[in-house]
Amino acid sequence: MAFDGTAPLPAPRSASAMVALLKSPTGVIGLIIVVTLVLVALLAPLIAPFDPLRMAAGPRLQPPSMAHWFGTDDFGRDVFSRIVYGARLTLQIGTIAVGISLTAGLLLGLVAGYGGGWIERILMRLVDVLFSFTEIVIALACLAIFGIGLTNAMIAIGIASIPFYARVTHSVVLVEKGKPYFESAVSAGAGHVRLLFRHLLPNVLPTLIVVGTLGVSTAVLAAAGLSFLGLGAQPPQPEWGFMLSSSRDLISRAPWMMIFPGLAIVVTVLGFNLLGDGVREVLDPRQRAR
Amino acid sequence: MTAPVLRVEDLTVSFSAGAGRAVAVDGLSYELRQGETLAIVGESGSGKSVSSLALLGLLPRRSARVERGRAEFSGRDLLTLPEREQRALRGNQIAMIFQEPMTSLTPVLRIGLQLTEALVAHGKLSGRQAYERAVEMLALVGLDQPRVRMGQFPHQLSGGMRQRVMIAMAMINEPAILIADEPTTALDVTVQSQILDLMRDLKTRFGTAIILITHDMGVVAEMADRVVVMRSGRKVEEGAARTVFQAPEADYTKRLLAAVPRLGAFQAEPAPRQVVESAAPVGEPLLRASHMTKVFGAGGLWFGRGRGTKAMDDVSLELKSAETLALVGESGSGKSTTGRAILRMVDVDEGTIHMAGTDVRALSAAGLRRLRRDMQMIFQDPFAALNPRMSAGALVAEPMRIHQVAEGSHLSDKVGELFRRVGLETDHIRRFPHEFSGGQRQRLCIARALGVEPQIIVADEPTSALDVSVQAQVLELMLELQQTYGLAYLFISHDVAVVEEMSHRVAVMHRGRIVEMGARQAVIGAPQHPYTKALLAAVPTPDPTRVRGALPVLDVEGMARGPLEEVAPGHFVAQ
Repeated sequence: MAFDGTAPLPAPRSASAMVALLKSPTGVIGLIIVVTLVLVALLAPLIAPFDPLRMAAGPRLQPPSMAHWFGTDDFGRDVFSRIVYGARLTLQIGTIAVGISLTAGLLLGLVAGYGGGWIERILMRLVDVLFSFTEIVIALACLAIFGIGLTNAMIAIGIASIPFYARVTHSVVLVEKGKPYFESAVSAGAGHVRLLFRHLLPNVLPTLIVVGTLGVSTAVLAAAGLSFLGLGAQPPQPEWGFMLSSSRDLISRAPWMMIFPGLAIVVTVLGFNLLGDGVREVLDPRQRAR
Repeated sequence: MTAPVLRVEDLTVSFSAGAGRAVAVDGLSYELRQGETLAIVGESGSGKSVSSLALLGLLPRRSARVERGRAEFSGRDLLTLPEREQRALRGNQIAMIFQEPMTSLTPVLRIGLQLTEALVAHGKLSGRQAYERAVEMLALVGLDQPRVRMGQFPHQLSGGMRQRVMIAMAMINEPAILIADEPTTALDVTVQSQILDLMRDLKTRFGTAIILITHDMGVVAEMADRVVVMRSGRKVEEGAARTVFQAPEADYTKRLLAAVPRLGAFQAEPAPRQVVESAAPVGEPLLRASHMTKVFGAGGLWFGRGRGTKAMDDVSLELKSAETLALVGESGSGKSTTGRAILRMVDVDEGTIHMAGTDVRALSAAGLRRLRRDMQMIFQDPFAALNPRMSAGALVAEPMRIHQVAEGSHLSDKVGELFRRVGLETDHIRRFPHEFSGGQRQRLCIARALGVEPQIIVADEPTSALDVSVQAQVLELMLELQQTYGLAYLFISHDVAVVEEMSHRVAVMHRGRIVEMGARQAVIGAPQHPYTKALLAAVPTPDPTRVRGALPVLDVEGMARGPLEEVAPGHFVAQ
């Protein structure tokens, strides 16, 4: 028998946690939206009736019809197919941007909170400085350095939100560090690695999972914004924000070009927010005790 | 015999727990007569608090339900009263005081406002009259400078003073019934006795009937006229206080009374009760700490240079193998800091600590980790001291893993062995801390400490969070382990009766200094220092026939604070 297993997350009650999530109405709606989104992204070739990049798949600027559910754009591309494929990009943006900021923020926050003293002071003051800029400004600065493009936009958004995750982690670490179980581990003679990764990390992660889930929607919005400004996705990528921006001039002639990508963004953001709320309800022990 | 003020009949309260229902109070009936104190006693989960909250309509509406019963108060049934009328009664004819005086007062409002609020709200007095009444009430509950207090905020008062304010607030409308839910549990013992005195005094002055909810048999014996003993929602015994204490009928009451540690019960014995056949004898000194001083919060690098708080001031002590040295004191006396300093969980500012010849203060980080194998710690709140995301087995294995005591199957064997040793079932190895009861969790903590075969265990209030019957079992286990393995305990506690049961020697701490230290019999049987005397006099005894004299008035500022001088062999008192 192995006793060293720190419980998998969100253990120690993973099975019951899933059940609890399914009992919260917000969580269920969020879960449905997110799972649908993932399925759409995975099965895009099966769902989309047309190649998203194929021009003149139908007549130009067709309103929604049986052949083109969401209409066609000014190049005659099928909007529905573009939105379906766009889900892939959106999920990429969400995971990569949040992945970068979460990992870096977690590391910074853990080291600062655990290390204390001058390490903490330097790291957290640095974070404070970054925090005083709007995220979009940092993202723009990063893009100015890396050059424009969707991949760079994802990285830029990821970097821009590191301070936020670092702060959240730091504050949670400070709370956990003050709890007797941490002291108990120290008095048992535990070293840095064990204290950090076996004691602090598993107790910090649940909070960060919630924050990260909510963060996906922020990242998606930010990417759409950057693409809208022409700094993210480039033609002919079927990115939702970019689709919005290219519909700008045609708003009165072809409103469907704007409505459907806009709706896709709204539903996605809503989905991740609801899921985040649901997960928080499940992981918050005070909520569970009731 | 006077007529009952309150008659509770067949009160049944249940909580919805998921799909099922859990009965918290099951068919409880009692009567409360005018001017009497009725104590409702029980351990955690007995339903003693829930039954009283139900009377005031203060149960959480969503999950709790009053299923049956009546509570007749001045011709009306409290349980079926509409919310509006209930509110009119609450704080007016029935008042309540709670355990935690800090959280029961709103931190952002001045004392005066909180006191007069109820008076003005019930439309009895004008603002001016209410103010005068509040000042009068504060004086009555024994607060000095009542007019100054009116303008202060809760955090500016001590715990005892806050509880006095709470009592003033409860009594200001001269209620017919006062419900006191563990009113002194969060207070130091000397403060507790003052508050109990005050409650007794107010009871006779106003003729208020008191329902006293408590787990502490000592408090019951001091206060109660009649007692209701509850267990898992049911009343197991009811009777006059004297009868219940002297001739309890229910088995449960007998067991409960037997488990209560009594101060003076071990007066004749020089050492704690022997629980194994051949106990390890007290041996050579293991630990020697001298002149330890620790100041907290003294001048940071960037933030002002405050003088800081002296948590430890010239503390010296010695601990032999198989011996228990108890550190007794009230909150803030520095006893916990002393325990942590010895393990170097807190670095001392001055002084020396030697453990079996090693200079603990000079150790490197690696040396310190090795040393911690020999010195382990047990904490007050066993639940908080166990990482909620590790299984019981992993938690017990952890120290052995750290110190490479065992590996692989040998390690799992040792874990199983430790589980059995502390009285846990090996089937529970894969469970998580929240699936254990309080007593089992403390056993887990003990097993965890025991695995690396330490020589010293620092136990910081190891049983304060436990019910008395569980406390007795855990203390028994600790004695057994000490006598089997020759463990030395530094036993930190505020409970003098527990200390008497467990220790060979006792050190009394007050404001960071040891004011008296010596053999248990000497310190508890013949205390020399005024603070020790006051502390011992304030301990409530579970014996209603004992009449405690007036409390000694303690002149804290003028008290001798050291240096320690040997008044008898091994008995040191601050001069």
